[in-house]
Amino acid sequence: MTPIPMEWYVFLGTGLFTIGVIGVLTRRNVLVILMSIELILNAVNINLVAFANHFQTVDGQVFAIFVVTDAAAEAAVGLGLIIALFRNKETVNADEIDLLKW
Amino acid sequence: MTLPQLAFLGLSLAALGSAVMVIIQKNPVHSVIWLIVTLFSVAGIYLMLHAEFLFAVQIILYVGGIMVLFLFVVMLVNLDEAARQTSFSRRWPLALFTALAVLAELLYGFYKGQGLRLPQLVQGTQAKGNTQAIASMLYQNYMLPVEIASILLLVAMVGAVVMAKRKIE
Repeated sequence: MTPIPMEWYVFLGTGLFTIGVIGVLTRRNVLVILMSIELILNAVNINLVAFANHFQTVDGQVFAIFVVTDAAAEAAVGLGLIIALFRNKETVNADEIDLLKW
Repeated sequence: MTLPQLAFLGLSLAALGSAVMVIIQKNPVHSVIWLIVTLFSVAGIYLMLHAEFLFAVQIILYVGGIMVLFLFVVMLVNLDEAARQTSFSRRWPLALFTALAVLAELLYGFYKGQGLRLPQLVQGTQAKGNTQAIASMLYQNYMLPVEIASILLLVAMVGAVVMAKRKIE
């Protein structure tokens, strides 16, 4: 069985990362921005697991588990913030949340 | 082209295509559904990389936990008014240009740099199962990070409750 070249995994990670960055920068809805951050974290995880498989260790997979833990914490706090924001300003658009803008 | 390579190409095309759908869908509920497709494709890629435990974690924790939380909040704050407005910010061409510049930079570094000159290791078979290997690694070599991650989760839980609750009258 010929293995899959490492470059393919790196390119897949790069593509997912770029799509996530485009989502974070262009969308107005805060919820979709949070989902794009999840895309970016998944791109990182693919690279970690691919290199862990290449070097025949599980350290990369352990790091990927920590990344998933971070994603869960970030989603909980981010969604709590969005609920608090929606209660105060009745909007989920990032460009209408300009209370700190001078 | 061998069968694993075909499977990889199929999974990665599904992941990239559904990721694009996530960021172009107008309705956030549809974005969540497409993100679930992306996460399943990434889980399939984990399975191809002999990471069975992460495959299960991805499906149980990501799709079953985080995405349900997202769906819940989307339905809680869904606005009919927001669906009628434009879903991209005013300066999206500049943002798109910036993101594509980052992509070009990554690809330039990849081609002009040393490339992936990784040592070819022998593909040995793992003596232990994947879950057992991860467990002994987590609780022996990475004991302190596990404790720090658990405290992080506790803080995030308390923070989310404090953030989302109403003011006490």
